[in-house]
Amino acid sequence: MQTTTIAPTGVSIALAGSGGSGVMTAGTVLLAAAAKAGAYGLMVRTSGPQIRGGEAAALVRLGPQAMSSLDDGFDLLLAIDWQNVNRFADEIVLGPRSVLIGDPDEGEAPEVFKATGARYVPLSLKKMAKEIPGSWINMLALGLSGTLAGLPLQALLDAVRESWKKPATLDANLKAVAAGAEAAAGVAQMLERNGGAMARLEAGLPGDKKRWMISGNEAAGFGAIRGGVRFCAAYPITPATEVLEWLAPKLKEVGGTLLQAEDELASINMIIGASYGGVPSITATAGPGLALMTEAIGLAVAAEVPIVVVDVMRGGPSTGIPAKSEQSDLSFAVSGLHGDAPRLVVAPSSIADCLGATQWAVHLAEALQAPAIVLSDQYMGQSRAIIDRPADSGMTAQRLVVEANTPDYKRYRNTASGVSPMAIPGTEGVSYTADGLEHSEAGIPSSQSKDHVLQLDKRQRKLALHDYGPYWADIEGDADAVVITFGSASSPVREAIARAKAIGVDLRLIVLRLLAPAQPTQMAAALKGARRVIVVEQNHGAQLYRYLRAWYDFPAPPASYHRPGPLPLRPAELLTALLEWRNAK
Amino acid sequence: MNEIVKEAAAPVAPALTAANFKSTYKPIWCPGCGDFTVLSSVTKALAIMGVPPKDCAVVSGIGCSSRIPAYTTCYGFHGVHGRSLAAATGLKVARPDLQVLVAGGDGDGYSIGGNHFLHACRRNVDMTYLVMDNHVYGMTKGQPSPTTEPDWDSKLSPGGTGVRVFNPLVVALASGANFVARAFAGDLHGTADIIAKAMQHPGFSFVEILSPCVTFRPEQRDWRKTVHAAEVHVTDDAGRAARRLMTDDGLNIGVLYAGDRTPYPASVRQPRRSVAELETEFAL
Repeated sequence: MQTTTIAPTGVSIALAGSGGSGVMTAGTVLLAAAAKAGAYGLMVRTSGPQIRGGEAAALVRLGPQAMSSLDDGFDLLLAIDWQNVNRFADEIVLGPRSVLIGDPDEGEAPEVFKATGARYVPLSLKKMAKEIPGSWINMLALGLSGTLAGLPLQALLDAVRESWKKPATLDANLKAVAAGAEAAAGVAQMLERNGGAMARLEAGLPGDKKRWMISGNEAAGFGAIRGGVRFCAAYPITPATEVLEWLAPKLKEVGGTLLQAEDELASINMIIGASYGGVPSITATAGPGLALMTEAIGLAVAAEVPIVVVDVMRGGPSTGIPAKSEQSDLSFAVSGLHGDAPRLVVAPSSIADCLGATQWAVHLAEALQAPAIVLSDQYMGQSRAIIDRPADSGMTAQRLVVEANTPDYKRYRNTASGVSPMAIPGTEGVSYTADGLEHSEAGIPSSQSKDHVLQLDKRQRKLALHDYGPYWADIEGDADAVVITFGSASSPVREAIARAKAIGVDLRLIVLRLLAPAQPTQMAAALKGARRVIVVEQNHGAQLYRYLRAWYDFPAPPASYHRPGPLPLRPAELLTALLEWRNAK
Repeated sequence: MNEIVKEAAAPVAPALTAANFKSTYKPIWCPGCGDFTVLSSVTKALAIMGVPPKDCAVVSGIGCSSRIPAYTTCYGFHGVHGRSLAAATGLKVARPDLQVLVAGGDGDGYSIGGNHFLHACRRNVDMTYLVMDNHVYGMTKGQPSPTTEPDWDSKLSPGGTGVRVFNPLVVALASGANFVARAFAGDLHGTADIIAKAMQHPGFSFVEILSPCVTFRPEQRDWRKTVHAAEVHVTDDAGRAARRLMTDDGLNIGVLYAGDRTPYPASVRQPRRSVAELETEFAL
């Protein structure tokens, strides 16, 4: 496997060690330093099953443009110690051009890493840190890895200054970073003699644009607030908790409320209650929580109460792999309700898009008085990236409400658009009962065929007739070979397509943002001139592929590239798959 | 500067009566069902409170008694089975200006909704929960509920469940409900009075209403003869209240506990920062 990365794909660094060794902190400061140097970057956290004290690794990728996923392999693995770090061998892929730095006093580097042919550089990190009283090894590792990656010492020191306020600690840490940078010079000389320099960031990085540092989960939370959400009911679950923890203080600041619920059955019903009261509402969960919520999501369909549920997908089924990503809740999100229950399903395509897509979901749910599921995933949700500031799309909650004392008011009136004006409690003369029982236009429970058919048609029509505009999908290129994907898979797919183009193979990309309702007319236009189609996704059952085949017409039976988590889809893997498909007879 | 501003006299709204709160929909209940009188008690209590129907919300789950929202002129919410307290909690916390009444039966509240009952009591949101308890699932035609006697014979549990009954008042007290009372559907005015007191009391108020199911539990007609006024003073001492509730015969009618716990805080709804200001934490 080709593992040495050169610009523009950037530099990939893994900092690993036992829990408490501070590798996550070092990774976070490394990313901050890269931001100061004008670079873009991404940090993915990975850790063993222990809550505290297990092995941990910060997977950092730095480069000259925004990125939402990791590269194929790593240029550098720097381990503070080796306690169970070998468990990360599948995630931290090394090759002959990679560099492996470890402390010989902490034991030999694991065979699984040495066998890759990576160039091993033993360094007595612990002893070096001991010579600087009050310092931590992780800061030494920061100086070492940052300098090897090509970051200026000043950017590293500036980032450290922002992370520690206590003068004594700060001083020791600054010294440790400087010592690490000095050691890097020696390592670089050794590498020159032994196979060549490690990949480095090029000088003259852009860096003058307005940029943010944000995780996908924070972005989803901020998107909700930008969209107008002012109530959240929360039940903690990995990997969605950060959405809720970010929202808790922020909602309060903008005049909203977050309430911790006793379970997901409560959280979903709480947001339905709050939204019935006229306050745009959201919750965030993962697969097991979404499963518990489905009965009430059906209530939101039937009673026409707008709500947004962010599902940060993880490996399933059941408890599955809680802290690892997989795109395997798609089938459940698009069809997992009883009865005929039209709902909105929106998938962000990047860490930055977690903001825009969630904001759009709020807008759609409110406009269409229907539940919207946002299909994010652990890979986007829990990774932190440097992104260009996303402009505010201006998409906000605008609910059609009825005026007080409107004569002959019927809550579920059969309107042309299918959207009926909603009465908000407190409005005089238009009170009604919101009901999950099938009902007449006036909201009276009814088991009559005519009422059932009328309301089923109405609820489907309002979603079908809505103009979703250009947001339904991102379409790039016009080649006759088309790759369709969604969510976090789209970042490595995009990289694979760029690499294919570099060797003269043109591919068209369709990244779906609106998964439900399906958009056959728009898809037909997007597929104009297409001769072959492949669907790429990260799950075992080819869920997107099967869904697309049910809803869309294709010029020829499409191909599928799918595999489950927990390992992220990688550009080189996808390039191989796409070329094989493209070149097949 | 020193102009005298005359305050306009507040318009005198006509006093609200029970009729203002009763809708024109005909209940689906069986003739003789206790819930008819409970509905009358509810509308009378709402009239006593004097909050106009537009500012009241009646929230329920699933079951015979959960059909009550549409029989009032208030805003109604008829949700899914067992989750009325959750929906009502969201509504009241998001809209503290509304008067929120939650209603349902023993299966809805104590069985499928049991967890929400515990946490609603703990959370102490300012709302009132009425459980029309008839010790049976009526809508599904006669299965034992958590308050059904262990030897009550049914198709689903022949010979009885053999499972001891749930004591909702003790559970409510232990979980932190701020107001605990028992009422009897046969006493329209007494029940209306207890419901009004529950609504006036701050925090989470729980009223268990013995409401006979004449269809599946015809023997409950005898409640009329066996219920008796609680011969106790209302207490704010949870220990005393617990002792009484643990030892009474389950037919003791009255307010049994009125505490002074601080209710769950209502949302402030006053922004301190603009949405645009929030993004400064992300900016590099």
